[in-house]
Amino acid sequence: MPDLVYLDHAATTPLTPAARSAVSEELGRVGNPSSLHGRGRAARSVVEESREALATALGAHPSEVVFTSGGTEADNLAVEGSFRARRAADPRRVRLIVSAIEHHAVLETAEHLEAHDGAEVTWVSPDADGVISPYAVRSAIASDPASVGVVSVMWANNETGVVQPVRAIVDVAAEFGIPVHSDAVQAFGHVPVDFGVSGLDFMTVTAHKLGGPIGVGALVARRGAELAPLSHGGGQERDVRSGTLNAAGARGFAVAATDAVATLTEESARLTALRDRLIRGAMAVDPTITVTGAWEGADGIHRLPGNAHLLVPDCDGEALLYLLDAAGIACSTGAACRAGVTRQSHVLTAMGVPDGAAGALRLTLGHTSTDTDVDAFLAALPGAVAGARRAFAVT
Amino acid sequence: MRVVAAMSGGVDSAVAAARMLDAGHEVVGVHLALSQNASRLRESARGCCTIEDAGDARRVADRLGIPFYVWDLADRFRRDVVEDFVAEYAAGRTPNPCLRCNEKIKFAALLDRAVALGFDAVATGHYAQVVENADGTRELHRAVDTAKDQSYVLGVLTADQLARAFFPLGDTTKPAIRAEAASRGFAVAKKPDSHDICFIPDGDTQGWLERRLGQQPGEIVDAGGEVVGRHTGAYRFTVGQRRGLGLDRSTLDGSPRFVTQVDPVRNVVTVGTVDLLGVDAIEGDHALWCGPPPDGVVEVGAQVRAHGEEVPATAWADGDTVQVRLDGRLRGVAPGQSVVLYDRTRVVGSATIARAFLDRPADRATG
Repeated sequence: MPDLVYLDHAATTPLTPAARSAVSEELGRVGNPSSLHGRGRAARSVVEESREALATALGAHPSEVVFTSGGTEADNLAVEGSFRARRAADPRRVRLIVSAIEHHAVLETAEHLEAHDGAEVTWVSPDADGVISPYAVRSAIASDPASVGVVSVMWANNETGVVQPVRAIVDVAAEFGIPVHSDAVQAFGHVPVDFGVSGLDFMTVTAHKLGGPIGVGALVARRGAELAPLSHGGGQERDVRSGTLNAAGARGFAVAATDAVATLTEESARLTALRDRLIRGAMAVDPTITVTGAWEGADGIHRLPGNAHLLVPDCDGEALLYLLDAAGIACSTGAACRAGVTRQSHVLTAMGVPDGAAGALRLTLGHTSTDTDVDAFLAALPGAVAGARRAFAVT
Repeated sequence: MRVVAAMSGGVDSAVAAARMLDAGHEVVGVHLALSQNASRLRESARGCCTIEDAGDARRVADRLGIPFYVWDLADRFRRDVVEDFVAEYAAGRTPNPCLRCNEKIKFAALLDRAVALGFDAVATGHYAQVVENADGTRELHRAVDTAKDQSYVLGVLTADQLARAFFPLGDTTKPAIRAEAASRGFAVAKKPDSHDICFIPDGDTQGWLERRLGQQPGEIVDAGGEVVGRHTGAYRFTVGQRRGLGLDRSTLDGSPRFVTQVDPVRNVVTVGTVDLLGVDAIEGDHALWCGPPPDGVVEVGAQVRAHGEEVPATAWADGDTVQVRLDGRLRGVAPGQSVVLYDRTRVVGSATIARAFLDRPADRATG
C-alpha cells in the first residue's frame, strides 16, 4: 500500500495534537462531573471551562451549549425536541419545514415524525447550485404559518460543501416568529459561524470535523428556545440531555474548536487555494468533469474551503473510489451509503443531477492536507477515470 | 494474479478467498449487493444477501487483511435474474435462478467489471474443479464432494468465462471446509448453509410469484381433456408436481396424479398418472459449452436438476440447440430447467429445456 493520501476530511478529520493530548490527559483522571467531592468538582470544572471556551468559539453564551454524543444526537434533539415542545404549546403546529439536502440525521428524524407522530414535512428544494433560497423557505412557511413547528436548513452541505444563506432564512422565519435550526457540523471551524449573529434558535456542531475526538458534539440552543428532552435520566445538560458528562470529549472539542476558529482566516485561504488547484487540475485531466454546486475560483464563501465535489461523466463513483483507494487515495463518493452500497444521494437528486449519468467524487481537504496530497490525487485521477469508464462500459 | 474473491458472507466463499491468498494471488474481497432493499438481519438460513451477511464477509476480509468492497449489482440482478425468473414462470417454465446468476451476474457482470478494473479473474466458493490442460485450455469438473457438487449450476459457463474463474474448494469436502474455516478463526465457520432461492428468503415461491403475477384462475384437466379441478394460476405448477393440486375427483383406482403439462397461453394445467410422466427425449436451446461443442452424436451423462441424478444419454448439438436422448426414462423434466451434460466428471455444457417428450414409447419404462 502506498502512503495514504487522505482526502476525506468531511467524513472525519485527524485529531489535532493539542486535542489529542487534552483528551488523553483527561482520560487519565477519575471523577464524574456530577459528583460532589473534589475529584467530581475538578471534572466538572473541566466540562464548564470547555463549555465556556466552546461558547466563545461559537459566539454563544455558555448556557446555550448543550453537550451531546455528536451531531446526530444534536440534530435529533433539535428537530424532534423542538417539534414536540412547540406542538405541546399549540397543537396546530404539526409542520416541519426541512431542506431536501439535509444530513440523514435531520432527514430521517423528520420522516420518523411524519410516519409516527402526525407531523407533516414540507421539503424545500435547492436550486441547481445547491442553494436553498430564503424565498422558497418563506413560501413554504407562508402557505400556513400557524402550522409550522420548526424550520431546519443546514449551514453547509456535507456532500457539495455549498454554504446556505442561513442569516436570510432566519430573517424570513422571524417574520412569522418561527424557530430555525441549522446543522453546522460541516461549517463550524471552516467558515465564520457566529450563533448570536445568526439569529438561530438551534445549531448543531460536532468535534471530529474540526480536529476534536469522535463521540462529542453539542446542540447550541438559544436561551428560552422551546425544547423537549428525548432521552430521560439525570438531566445533566439543561434538563434536555441526560447522560454522564464527557469531560475528556468536551475538553478535546473545546481545544480543537478554539484552534480552528483562531486560525480560520489563514487556514481557509490555504485550503481554498489547494481546493481550487485540485478542481482545476481535475478539469484539466478531463474537460467533461464538473464541479457540483456553487463554485468560483477563490470563493470560500459559497462553498466550504476544503470541499471539491466532482461529477465524472460515464462512470460510477463506486469504481472511481475503488481505483483511487487501490492507489492509496482515500475519498468518498459523497453518496448515501447503506452496507457499502452506494445509491445516488438525495442531495444530487434534489439538485436535479440525473441518476446514473456520472460518478460523484467528494474530495475534502483539511488541516493536514498539503500540495503533495493534491499532486498525488491528480496523478492517480487519469488512470482511475479510464478504468472506471471501462467498467461502466461493460455494466 | 489479481483476483476478485466473491464473498457472500458464508463459510465457503470465506475459505475460497483465504485459499486464493495462500496461493499467492493478490486478492480483493467483493460482496455483491443483489437486493434492492436488503434486510438488516438474516431471518432464516435461506437468504444470503442481508446487511448482516455483508458484515460477515467484511469481517473475514479484515481477518485476511485484504481490501473489501460491496459492489452494487442489484439492478442487473433484478433485470437478468429476478425478472427472468418471473417471466419464465409466467411462460409455464421452471427456471433455475442460480444458473442464471452465474451466467449473467457472477461470471458476466461481476467478471466484466473486475476485468475492466484491472483484475485477472474471479474466485467463488462453488464446489467444482477446474482442470488446466497442457495446452492451457481449461475443463470444468465435478467436485470431489459429490453431495455438495455445484458443477450443475456452473454448467452455463463458456470457455472464456472458465478461463477467468477459480473454484478453490472443489478438491475438498464440505466438512473439511468447515473445519478449515474454524482453524482459520473465521466467525462464519458454523454459519448454516444457504438454501433455496436467495431472493425468496421465506421459501414460499408460489406466494412470491402470486404477489407479482396476481391470481389467474383456470382449469386443471386430465389427459382426456376432462376438467378435474381448478387452479389460481398456471405459474404455480411445475411438471412432475404432485402436491397441492387440490383436485375434486380422484382417479378410479386411487393412483396419484402429477402435473404433466403447463400451458400458460390457455392457462390450463394438465395432470396424469405417473406413467404419463416419463420422458426419454429432451430438446434444449440456449446451449452453452464449457469447451469445444460436441462433434456428432456423443455419449454423455445428463442431469436436469441441481441435486438430481446423472443418467446415461446421447447428445447431438446443432448450433444453439441440443437434442438429448436418454437411455432410460426420466420423470419430472420441466421446460425451463437446464440440462447439464457430462463426460464422466467433466462438464461438457448445458442447455435450457425447451421440450421433453417420449420418443420411444414402445420401450419398457425404466425411469
